[in-house]
Amino acid sequence: MTFDIVLAGVGGQGVLSVAAVIASAAMDQGLEVKQAEVHGMAQRGGAVQASLRLADHPIASDMIANATASLVLSMEPLESLRYLGLLKTDGAVISAMTPLRNIVDYPPLDDILDTIRRVPTHLLIDADALARGAGAVRATNMVMVGAASRLLPIAPAAIERCIATRFAPKGQAVVDLNLTAYRAGRTAVSA
Amino acid sequence: MAELVLLGDEAVALGAVDAGLSAAYAYPGTPSTEIVEYLVAHATRHGGPPAHWCTNEKTAYEAALGASFVGRRTLVAMKHVGLNVAADPFMNSALVSIHGGLVVAVADDPGMHSSQNEQDSRFYADFARIACFEPSTQQEAYDLTREAFDLSERFRIPVMIRLVTRLAHARSIVRTQPPRLQNAVTHPPRDASWILLPANARRQWSALLDRQDALRAYTQAHAVNRLDLRGGEPLGVITAGVARNYFLENAGELGALPHHLHVGAYPLPVEALRTLASHATRILVLEDGYPLIERQLRGLLPTTTQILGRESGDVVREGELTPDNVRAALGLPDRQGLAVVGVVPPPRPPQLCQGCPHGDSYRAIKDALRTIGDAIVTSDIGCYTLGALPPYSQIESCVCMGASIGMAKGASDAGFRPAVAVIGDSTFLHSGLSALMDAASANTDMTVLILDNETVGMTGGQPTILPSSRLQALVLGLGIDPDHVHVLDAHPRHAPTNADTLRREIEHRGLSVVIMVRECIETAKVHKAAARAVVGAGS
Repeated sequence: MTFDIVLAGVGGQGVLSVAAVIASAAMDQGLEVKQAEVHGMAQRGGAVQASLRLADHPIASDMIANATASLVLSMEPLESLRYLGLLKTDGAVISAMTPLRNIVDYPPLDDILDTIRRVPTHLLIDADALARGAGAVRATNMVMVGAASRLLPIAPAAIERCIATRFAPKGQAVVDLNLTAYRAGRTAVSA
Repeated sequence: MAELVLLGDEAVALGAVDAGLSAAYAYPGTPSTEIVEYLVAHATRHGGPPAHWCTNEKTAYEAALGASFVGRRTLVAMKHVGLNVAADPFMNSALVSIHGGLVVAVADDPGMHSSQNEQDSRFYADFARIACFEPSTQQEAYDLTREAFDLSERFRIPVMIRLVTRLAHARSIVRTQPPRLQNAVTHPPRDASWILLPANARRQWSALLDRQDALRAYTQAHAVNRLDLRGGEPLGVITAGVARNYFLENAGELGALPHHLHVGAYPLPVEALRTLASHATRILVLEDGYPLIERQLRGLLPTTTQILGRESGDVVREGELTPDNVRAALGLPDRQGLAVVGVVPPPRPPQLCQGCPHGDSYRAIKDALRTIGDAIVTSDIGCYTLGALPPYSQIESCVCMGASIGMAKGASDAGFRPAVAVIGDSTFLHSGLSALMDAASANTDMTVLILDNETVGMTGGQPTILPSSRLQALVLGLGIDPDHVHVLDAHPRHAPTNADTLRREIEHRGLSVVIMVRECIETAKVHKAAARAVVGAGS
C-alpha cells in the first residue's frame, strides 16, 4: 500500500501543521512516512506545497511522481488546481472553498470550483465557516485534516491523539479548539 | 538507540552532536538554516554544545577552524552560495593538519527554490582535495555526519557533507546510536602544520596530495559506494545522493535491472567505476547538480564506453532531478494520470507580508524618486528582494550578499547619478559593511538605504549578529558625515517626512546613509505572544 498526499496552500495557511499531524498519526499506525516541505522565500504569501508519502513498505523518493498521488488536500481552491497532474486516475481532491485573493489575476471562483468538480472524487469544504463554528478561523487547517480523515489509511483516534500532542504546549484551550475543528471537518464529510 | 522523525538538516545536526560536537557555527541560509536552528534549540534544552550564528559564512568557518585547532570537534553549516563567502578559509583549511574533526555541511539548492544559482558544492570538495559525503536519506545524513568527524581526524582534513534541498527539507525516521564524548581541549601539535607560510604550505600541500591514494582507498571500500552487477546488461546506472531514490522509484518498471553503482562518498571510487565500465557499454549518470561524475568519467573510462548524463543532454541539463525526469532518462514512458481540463492556475509568487515595514520603505523610495527622475536602485538578498515584483517594482539588482552597496559605488564612479543601494540590516552586517567602507573612504556620491527590521527575516527570524541600536554608531564610526546619516521610523504614519528625507539625501552630492527601522511583523508577533505568555505565567 502506498498513499501519497500533496498538501497545498498559501504561505501562512498552516500546511506544515497539517503535514506534521498526518505524518505523526501515520507513524503511530506503523506506516513508513516521508514528508517533504518547502521553506524559505516561498513561504512569504506564495504557493506552498508539502508532499506526504505513506506506505507499508520503505519509501525511496521524498518527492511524489506525476500521476501517482492518491490525494490533493488543499487549504485554498486555486492552489488545489496546481497539483492535479500529480493525481493518479482514481485520485481525490479535497479543497477548502474560500479563496485567498492576493494576486491580481485570480480567476473567477466559479470557474475554479467547476474545474475541481471535474475530478471524479472531489470534496469542497466550507472550512472557514466550520472553523469559525469550532471557535476560530485559524483552525481551518484542522478542519481540512478532519475532512481528509475519511480517506486516509489511518485510524481517527490516532489523528486525534497527534492533534492533542502537537498543540499541547499551547494549552488545553488550543487543543480543544483544534480537536473541535478536526471533528467538524470529519462530520461535514459524512453528512 | 532512539527513533526520531527528522529533517535532513536536523539529522546532520544530531549526527554531529552524537559524534561529540563541541561547537557549531553558521550564517542562516535556505536550505541549510535548520541545521544550526536545531543545534540552538538543542543547546537550550540540554545546556550545550554551543551553537552560534555568525556575521557571515567566512567568520563562521574561521571560528570552526579555531575550535578544531585546539582539538575539539566542530561543525560549520551554510548554503551553497555561502561557501563562496567562506571559500578562502575553506580552501586553505585543506592544507592545515586538522586537529579536532571539522565537518562543513553545505546545503545546495538545485532548482533554485530559494537561491540565485544552483552551483554544486561537490566541485568545491574536489577542488580542495578533501572528502565529501553525499547522503541520500535522513538516516544516511545522520550516520555519515557522525562518520565524517572520524574521517576528518583520521586524514586530518575537513570533510564536507553535501545536502540538497529535497533531503534537507524532507522528514523521515532516523535511528540514532549512543553519543560519543567530546574531545578534550588540547594545545595543537607544535609542528607548524597550521602556519601556511609558503615553505610550510608547500610541505602541507604535498602531504595532502600524498594522502589522496589512502583517501581513495577509503571511499573505494566504503559501504555507501555500492556496486550491484547484473547478468549481461549493456546499461550501467550511476546514482549520486538523492538521485538513487528517484532511480529506485522507477527501476521496478525496467524490463531488466541495469548494473548500478551508487556514490555517496567522494573522491570517486575509481576501481568500482572501472569495474562497472567493464560490464556496461552505456553508462547513465544521475546526479543532482552539475555533471561532476559524468565529466570525471570521460577521463577515466575507455572512449568506447558511451557516457550519458547532464553534460551530454541525456538527462535534463538544469534544475533538480525528480522522479519524473529520471524516469524519462531511463527511457520509461510518462505515467498517465487524471487529465482535468479547466482553469490553468496563474503563478502565485511570494510577496511581502501584509503590514511588512519593507513595503512602507519601498513606497517612501518611490515617492522620493518621483521628482528626481532616472535613478538606479541596486538591492540585495533578503525578503526585501521581493521589492523587485509588483506592486513595488522598485529594485534593479540582486546578485550576492552585500553587492548592492559595491554596485551602487561602481555605478556612481562610472558617472551615473543618482545611485541608491537598498540592503537589509543582516545582509549589511554580513558583507555590506566592507563595501560601505569603500564608499566612505571616497565619499562616493550615492545613498545607502538600510532596511532595518531587526532580524534575519527570510530564513525565519534569527537574531541579527548585532542589535539594531548599534547600526548608527557603526556607520558613523566609518567617518561618514553625521549630517547625512539618518535613522528613521519606518512606520507608515511617517511616510511623507521619510520620503522628504530620502529625497534630500538622494539629491545630496556625496555619501549618505538612511536607516529605516521597524521590526519585522512576523518576529513582532512572536515577541508579543512570548510577552503575553510571560504575563500569563506570572498571573
